Amino acid sequence: MSALQFSREELINVYRTMRTIRRFEERVMQEMGTGDIPGNTHLYAGQEASAVGVCLQLRDDDYISSTHRGHGHSIAKGVDIDGMMAELFGRASGTCGGKGGSQHIADLRKGMLGANGIVAAGAPITCGAALSAKLLGTGQVAVAFAGDGAMNEGVMSESFNLAKIWMLPIIFVIEDNGFGEATANAHVSAGSFTRRAESYDIPTIEVDGTDIFSVYAAAGEAVERARAGGGPTMLHVHVPRYYGHYSGDPDTYRTPEEKAAMRRERDCLTNFRQRVKEVSLVEMAELDTVDEAVEAEIDRAVSAARAAPFPPLAALTTDVYVKYL
Amino acid sequence: MAQKSFRQALNEALHFEMGRDPRVIMMGEDLTGGAGANGVKDAWGGPFGVTRGLLDAFGPERIRDTPISEAAFIGAAAGAALTGLRPIAEIMFVDFAGVCLDQIMNQAAKFRYMFGGRAKTPLVIRATYGAGSRSGSQHTQALYPIFTHIPGLKVVIPSTPYDAKGLLLQAIRDDDPVIFLEHKMLYDTVGEVPDGAYTIPFGEARVARDGKDVLIVAIGRMVQVAEEAARKLAAEGISACIIDPRTTSPLDEDTLLEFTETIGRVVIVDEANPRCSVAADISALLADKCFDALKAPIKLVTAPHAPVPYAPNLEDAYIPSADAVAKAATSIIKR
Repeated sequence: MSALQFSREELINVYRTMRTIRRFEERVMQEMGTGDIPGNTHLYAGQEASAVGVCLQLRDDDYISSTHRGHGHSIAKGVDIDGMMAELFGRASGTCGGKGGSQHIADLRKGMLGANGIVAAGAPITCGAALSAKLLGTGQVAVAFAGDGAMNEGVMSESFNLAKIWMLPIIFVIEDNGFGEATANAHVSAGSFTRRAESYDIPTIEVDGTDIFSVYAAAGEAVERARAGGGPTMLHVHVPRYYGHYSGDPDTYRTPEEKAAMRRERDCLTNFRQRVKEVSLVEMAELDTVDEAVEAEIDRAVSAARAAPFPPLAALTTDVYVKYL
Repeated sequence: MAQKSFRQALNEALHFEMGRDPRVIMMGEDLTGGAGANGVKDAWGGPFGVTRGLLDAFGPERIRDTPISEAAFIGAAAGAALTGLRPIAEIMFVDFAGVCLDQIMNQAAKFRYMFGGRAKTPLVIRATYGAGSRSGSQHTQALYPIFTHIPGLKVVIPSTPYDAKGLLLQAIRDDDPVIFLEHKMLYDTVGEVPDGAYTIPFGEARVARDGKDVLIVAIGRMVQVAEEAARKLAAEGISACIIDPRTTSPLDEDTLLEFTETIGRVVIVDEANPRCSVAADISALLADKCFDALKAPIKLVTAPHAPVPYAPNLEDAYIPSADAVAKAATSIIKR
């Protein structure tokens, strides 16, 4: 698939979203160093084309669920980055009022059902969202993002089975970055991910996750099937993970040469620039302007987050229930 | 008022609420029994006959027989609750929560809090619990302490047919995740149950028997045991009051404290294992908040710190008995 199917404006928007995710993550990594972001976080840098390519095929009211590495999916689904940055800083103005943090960012207004601290836990929840869509007749579809590590959790297989027997409008997007935390996927995974899904008669598509256009095409086929009542699809998306498992991971299990090559050869942003250049739809200078605008937006988000108050202490015990006593 | 079984009371609540609210759906293993086979439909009406007739009334889209796959369907129920449905999911035996606890404990219970109050999860998880059916260690536990411990969950344990219906209707209409535990040895018990709909608020204990000499706090099936103990005590001239908290989360602390203040002697009877139990929790509450009103130590009559055994004589010895409760009461009155 080529860049030609998009308008100039669409291409710029696609680039802007990918660039926003990249710079959001790089900036978060930098801010972690100041000590102002509590705890740790899992960065999505390198995988941007997967989230953006898939979410580009979705309606505003479609559902997604995410993983511990969830910032990219949230941004791609339209969650406000000011709120997200404030959430990472643990502030009251955060997406979840500062009570969720990086691993629990959710925004139901955007159909974002939550990042998740438990590997593969989003898969059955997303089946439930797809069941709601099906029974309420809304025409919505649901996307469960998961990593290669999630494929070895039993609930993933259970979710494949449930999605197929109930013919749910769902797409499982397996973002395979080659590592479950610090362990190479090849060391811990038997067989093939696509064959696992195919054994449930779920159609699969294997995709290069550094090529937004391939992801977009594959997601389009899957979303169309889901919306038409054709049931689940599984996308196996191969992506690079630029950072270690989490922000504090020195990532010594990969060699410096490997990591340099990964960034050089597997960069969805470079790839995108190359592809649009070939069709002469967008000037590189225009993309540079986007870069500057993104930079300013992220600066603003960080400044606002840092200036925002922490949640009031009373928030400690609110929102546990809708109504308890 | 009509006499109905505990089972029928639950069945009426399910029929009523599914008829009233099209967003209510049910999912679980063998809710009907016979799905996909050529013989009788609704062959089981649920493993204990609680869901009989719902398939005919509401059809297979809303009454969903699931694979034996609790992690998937409890998770799906949680996700459906988050996105506009009001699912009732059934875990056939609460012991099976072991394979889907993540979806209950880390997901459904915490959505609202983690999402900053911007979500609600109107989910009911029904499950059978309790010993007495000669079913060994994995189909018999009283695991409500585990759920009671988890903020975000509500835990309901009815002891009578009347309460079963009213509490289940409340559970389905509630906007928070509710664990609704049905003691399998109570299904055939009979009591007065109105034909119409009514709800019983959570966090309101029931005074099951008035009395002045000793307060017996009992949950679920243990209310029957407490009542039998009270009859034995009455024969000895001791007047026992019985309080059934009905929900362990929220817990009606006010009623427990008020009666403890008045009576001053307390026995807590609990079918769960004793460590970190509801009995231990209530005992701590009373010791903390009304120590000065206590005329004697609080006595706990519980199952031992052991799994539920299979051999009938051992299982009978496992379950707190009326004799043990009466003996505990007598020991703190005659000291």
